[in-house]
Amino acid sequence: MPIEFKKRPGVVAYLTAGDPDLETTYAIALAAIDNGADVIELGVPFSDPLADGPVIERASQRAVARGVRLVDVLEVARKLRAARPLCGLVIFSYLNPVVRMGMKKFCAAAKVAGADGVLLTDMIVEEADEYLAEMKANGLAPIFLAAPTSPDVRLKAIAEASRGFVYAISRVGITGTQQKVAGDASELVARLRRYTDPLGIPVAVGFGISNAEHVAAVGKFADAAIIGSALVALIEKSSPAEAPAAVGRFIAGLRA
Amino acid sequence: MSENANLQEPVSAAVVAKAGRFGVYGGRYVPETLMAALEELETAYAVADADPAFHAELDDLLHNYCGRPTPLYFAKRMSEQLGGAKIYLKREDLLHTGAHKINNALGQGMLARRMGKQRIIAETGAGQHGVATATVCALFGMQCVIYMGEEDMRRQELNVFRMRLLGAEVRGVSTGSATLKDAINEAMRDWVTNVRDTYYILGSALGSHPYPTMVRNFQRVISREARVQILEQEGKLPSAIVACVGGGSNAIGAFYEFIGDKDVRLIGVEAGGRGTKLGDHAARFQKIDGGVPGVLQGTFSYVLQDDAGQVATTHSVSAGLDYASVGPEHAMLHDSGRAEYTSASDTEALAATVALARTEGILPALESAHAIAEAMKMAPKMAKSDVLMVNLSGRGDKDMGILAKELDLQGAKG
Repeated sequence: MPIEFKKRPGVVAYLTAGDPDLETTYAIALAAIDNGADVIELGVPFSDPLADGPVIERASQRAVARGVRLVDVLEVARKLRAARPLCGLVIFSYLNPVVRMGMKKFCAAAKVAGADGVLLTDMIVEEADEYLAEMKANGLAPIFLAAPTSPDVRLKAIAEASRGFVYAISRVGITGTQQKVAGDASELVARLRRYTDPLGIPVAVGFGISNAEHVAAVGKFADAAIIGSALVALIEKSSPAEAPAAVGRFIAGLRA
Repeated sequence: MSENANLQEPVSAAVVAKAGRFGVYGGRYVPETLMAALEELETAYAVADADPAFHAELDDLLHNYCGRPTPLYFAKRMSEQLGGAKIYLKREDLLHTGAHKINNALGQGMLARRMGKQRIIAETGAGQHGVATATVCALFGMQCVIYMGEEDMRRQELNVFRMRLLGAEVRGVSTGSATLKDAINEAMRDWVTNVRDTYYILGSALGSHPYPTMVRNFQRVISREARVQILEQEGKLPSAIVACVGGGSNAIGAFYEFIGDKDVRLIGVEAGGRGTKLGDHAARFQKIDGGVPGVLQGTFSYVLQDDAGQVATTHSVSAGLDYASVGPEHAMLHDSGRAEYTSASDTEALAATVALARTEGILPALESAHAIAEAMKMAPKMAKSDVLMVNLSGRGDKDMGILAKELDLQGAKG
């Protein structure tokens, strides 16, 4: 399925796969989809998540300690695709687990699993030749990050390389919740739209988006809001049995 | 031989041809937020590097503040006792702050000042880069924050005190194995967050372009001096140069001007730790249970990791070599065969420390002791006419706590 945001603002839910365990991640993802998430980003846990704040870092460490691997995350994706044929599904990873599997093998496996797109945190457009070729060969959407610090020339290259959506980082910094949506976000999205709009590529805003007020604020200037650390923190404080329902209620409340 | 003659060598031509790449290694693998800063840094460094006034000030400070040129010392007693090659020590341990790290910290500190950045961050393993950075910040009146793994803060406590005395804030890092890799992760998180007004003085020839090239260029003064010195003292080039390799900045600095001299063997010594099993060492180039190419902390190089791509924990008695990856230029030199890489165990490094202290009255840093250990293996097998040069990258005062404990455990007589 192509990634679509039918309602505005769309909601993208990030989950660190395998925290607290793979079965619960699957159940949480179903609950998120059934309560209105348009896209699920399945995060591959990594030993050195240097773009992440403490919440996702802890979740990643717990999942790595449990031995969760990229192949396990792809298996969750496969089950999700079978259960929910229409949801958007993105594999979200640091580069090294993908390099270890092999870029060609990974892209083919992501396609077989039913993913729509891939986001690699530490992959920039200049280094992406092989990645982009493999994504194209498999009909997958490469999603790149755009930052408030990115000059226009980079935003143009990012827009042109991306499919599905562009992930606009709301503020300079690492992942984690914040009080309000930074002013950086609307300025970045305005600059980015000059390049994405002619190509028809949506813009989703992430980093620090944690409640309905933030989602509404983002909806005024972007196509979708990405919820990450707030969900991971909710899962951290819920028991595995309660986590799917808690996440479902949380997602349902975001566009209330 | 002219200054840039070795740039004609194929091994370096690749670097010139594609900025930031060393063969297939290197590159830029960072969150997009940092890209503007890396581009700004690349430009500012290129402009500074082309500015004679920048080099004149750097050379002046290296001479009058740091004590360059460092001596190339003939270790006569050690050479005689080993009964083979003549061993020469490039005395980076005699530099201000006690290690080669100041060469790079000073250069990058001057660059930060040119760029108008008032807040400096750095990571440190053994604490030598942290001390060098804190020193430069004191000299230039800049704010300084140093990230250091809590395990390293414990085992290199004296350097923590030195950094604080110099006015730096030392922030402990408790994640992972609480060593160098984890300190770099935290420093990069700080940089991502404060990128608009902060300069990150990376301490080794690691990370994203332009760091590996820039750090190597600030460290190549070691081999530039040594090449002239050995020709003066011996009338010929050394048969081999030995240096320890953590991230690899002292080694690349000691090797670089000799890369074009095909008869000079270049030998990097990694931390063999307490065993050959993954997790027990930091020998990225070890054949079995060693590293494989991957991406860690912004660059493509050899990385100690499991078969799912999770970065492995490492062990070494020396905090400065205790790192899961290695500078990308070393990865290229390894694959091309131009440099050879071996390892010395914790035990061998400790024995080499004692040996150098008692034959020459020189206390090496535990990192540098790995290079001494390899030289002690090589020298007896070489001819008496051969010259073996060791880069003595730092002094061992910082290690007195570890030495007191480890040598007692081994029953050494005081």
